Amino acid sequence: MSKENVLKVENVTMQFGGVIAVDNLNLEVNKGEIISLIGPNGAGKTTAFNVITGVYAPTNGAVYYKGNKIIQNHPQGKMKKLYRGENPVTYTGHRALAPTPDKITAMGIARTFQNIRLFKSQTVFENILIAKHLRRTSNVFTATFRLNAREEARMRQEAEELLEIVGLTDVRDELATALPYGKQRHLEIARALATQPELLLLDEPAAGMNPQETLELTQFIGRIRDEFGLTIFMIEHHMDLVMEISDRIYVLDFGKSIAEGNPEEIRSNPRVIEAYLGGAQDE
Amino acid sequence: MKKQTTIIWNVCLIAALFLLLFILEQTVPSGSMLFMVLKKGAIYALVAVSMNLLNGFTGLFSLGQAGFMLLGAYTYAILTIPPESRASVYQYFDGGIVQFAIPVPLALIAGGIVAAVFAFLIGLPVLRLKSDYLAIATLGFAEIIRAVFQWDKLGPLTNGSNLLRNFPTFQSVLYPFVVAGICIGLIVLLINSTYGRAFKAIRDDEIAAEAMGINLAHHKQLAFVISSFFAGISGGLLAMYQTTIQASMFKSAMTYEILLIVVIGGIGSITGSCLGSFLFIACSEWWLRFLDNSNLYIGDFHLTFMRPGFRKVVFSLIIMAIVLFYRKGLMGDREFSVEAVRKFLRKRFKKGQTAEGGASK
Repeated sequence: MSKENVLKVENVTMQFGGVIAVDNLNLEVNKGEIISLIGPNGAGKTTAFNVITGVYAPTNGAVYYKGNKIIQNHPQGKMKKLYRGENPVTYTGHRALAPTPDKITAMGIARTFQNIRLFKSQTVFENILIAKHLRRTSNVFTATFRLNAREEARMRQEAEELLEIVGLTDVRDELATALPYGKQRHLEIARALATQPELLLLDEPAAGMNPQETLELTQFIGRIRDEFGLTIFMIEHHMDLVMEISDRIYVLDFGKSIAEGNPEEIRSNPRVIEAYLGGAQDE
Repeated sequence: MKKQTTIIWNVCLIAALFLLLFILEQTVPSGSMLFMVLKKGAIYALVAVSMNLLNGFTGLFSLGQAGFMLLGAYTYAILTIPPESRASVYQYFDGGIVQFAIPVPLALIAGGIVAAVFAFLIGLPVLRLKSDYLAIATLGFAEIIRAVFQWDKLGPLTNGSNLLRNFPTFQSVLYPFVVAGICIGLIVLLINSTYGRAFKAIRDDEIAAEAMGINLAHHKQLAFVISSFFAGISGGLLAMYQTTIQASMFKSAMTYEILLIVVIGGIGSITGSCLGSFLFIACSEWWLRFLDNSNLYIGDFHLTFMRPGFRKVVFSLIIMAIVLFYRKGLMGDREFSVEAVRKFLRKRFKKGQTAEGGASK
C-alpha cells in the first residue's frame, strides 16, 4: 500500500516567552489514517493543533500539507535571544510562511474545538450553511442581488444532505445551543465537514461524554472517515476510543514527542506508561 | 407560509405605507410636526440600520457614524450647489474650486462612495482593534474629520466653518422614505445572503468563523465599508432635510443618538432600528414638547417644575426605563414580519383555546 503523506510536521517548536509549549515536534499523517495525539494535561496537544491550523505561527519549524510547505518560521526579533529550542538555524534564511486560519481551512484542513464553539444565535442548519460560505464563487454584489441563486440552492442542498448524514435533520431549526451536549459535538464535526476538508482535526471530540455517547462517537468517526474519504488527526483522552480507532498514536509529554506507534506498542511502551497511563493501569 | 405569499404581503404593506404617507401629505397641513418627524425619522432609520449592520450583525462596536454622515453630507452639498449661487455661498473663498453641479441622485451616491472610500482607508489599520478600542478609534476619526472640514485651508472646497447652502432639497415626505427604503432593502438583502451569514458568524464567534474559512479582515472591512456607504447616503439626505449644513452639526452626540436608536430598537434587528428611529425622533422633538411649557396649570395648581428643557429630563427617564425593562431593546434580535405576527396570533389564539378547554372540563 502506497502511503500518501497528507500532513507532515517538521521540527515544530512553539515557545511563549520563556515557556516551550511544543518542543521539536515531528509527526506524519498519511492518507486515510486515523491518528491520535495523546498526552497528559498541558502537554501541548492543543498548541500543536493551533500551530497546524494557523492560530499561532510556530517559533521554529515547518508544516507540510500534501507535500507542500504551508507553514514555516524561524526565531525572529526578540525570540532570537530567547529561543531555547532545537534546530535554531535550520530554517533561518527561508521565507516565513504564516497563513491565517481561514487560508488553512481553504486548503482542506478543517478542525473542531476542545470547548465547543458553535455560532450561538444561529440554528443547526445555519451553522452548517455558514461553513458553505468558504466554497462560494459569488461576490458581495451578486450575493446581495440574488444573482447566485443556483449556488445558494446548492449550498442549502449540501447542508441538508450533511444534516441527514450526521442525523440532525429532526433538530434542523433549533438553536445550536439548545442541543444536548453530544449532538453539539456532532454538529461541530458536521460543520467542519461542510468546508469539504481532506484532513479533519478533532480536538477532544469525546470530552465530557458518557461511555454510551463515546461509543457512538467512535462509530461516527469511523463512518465519516470512510464516507468522505477523510484523514483524521485527533486529540483525545478517552483511551477506549483512542485504542479502538487509531491506526497510530503519538504521545506528547511536556511538549516533546515521547513515543509513536500502533495502539499495541503504545500500550506496552514503558515511557508512555510512566508519563501518562501509569496511574490508570491496574495490572 | 409560502415564500410567494410572504412577498405579496410585504409588497402590500409597503404599498399601504406609501399610500398612507401620500394621503397624509394631501390632508395634513405641511407645517405640521408630523412631517418633520417622518422625514427625520426615515433618515435616522437608514443610518441606524447601517450602524446596526456593523454593531448588531457583524459585532464591530464602531462609533464613527457621524463622521461618515458628514462626509456624505458635504460631498452631496459640494457637488450639487448650482454654479450660479456658488459665489454667494463661498463668499470668503472666491466662489470655491468646484464650479459644476451634478444631478441629485448621482450626488447622493457619490456621498456614499466618498464615505466608503474613507472607511476603507481607515478600516485598514483600525479594524485590527476589538470592542472598546475600535469604538475609541472610530470616534476619534469622526472628531478628526469634523475638525479637518472646518479647517480654513480647505475652505475653497468645504467653505471652512461656514454654512453650505442653496443646494437642492426635498419637499415631499415621500422622498426620504423612498431613498431610505431602497437602501434599507439592500441592507436586508445583504444580511440574508451568504455574506450576511458570514457577518453573523463573526459576531457569534470570531475564532470559529475563521476556522470555518471566513477571512476576518476581508469580511470586517466589507461590513465597515458597506455600513459607511449607507451612512454617507443618509448624510446626504440629512443635508437635504436641513437645507443648510455645517461641520459642527456632526458632533459625537449625533453618533450617540444613533447608537441610542440602535440599542432601543434592539441590537441585531432591522425593523427594531426603524421603529426606534421614529419613536426616538417623535419623543425628542414632538410628543414631549408640552413639557417645555412653563405656564402649565392643573386646575389652579401651577406646575412650577415645568420649564424649557424639562422634556429632556423626562426623555432621559423614558430611555432609562426602556433600558431597564427591555434589556434587549424593543425588538431584541427579532424582526417584525407578517410571518412573525401570524405565529404570534396563532399562539395567542391556541392559548386561549386550551385555557377554555381546561375550564370546561
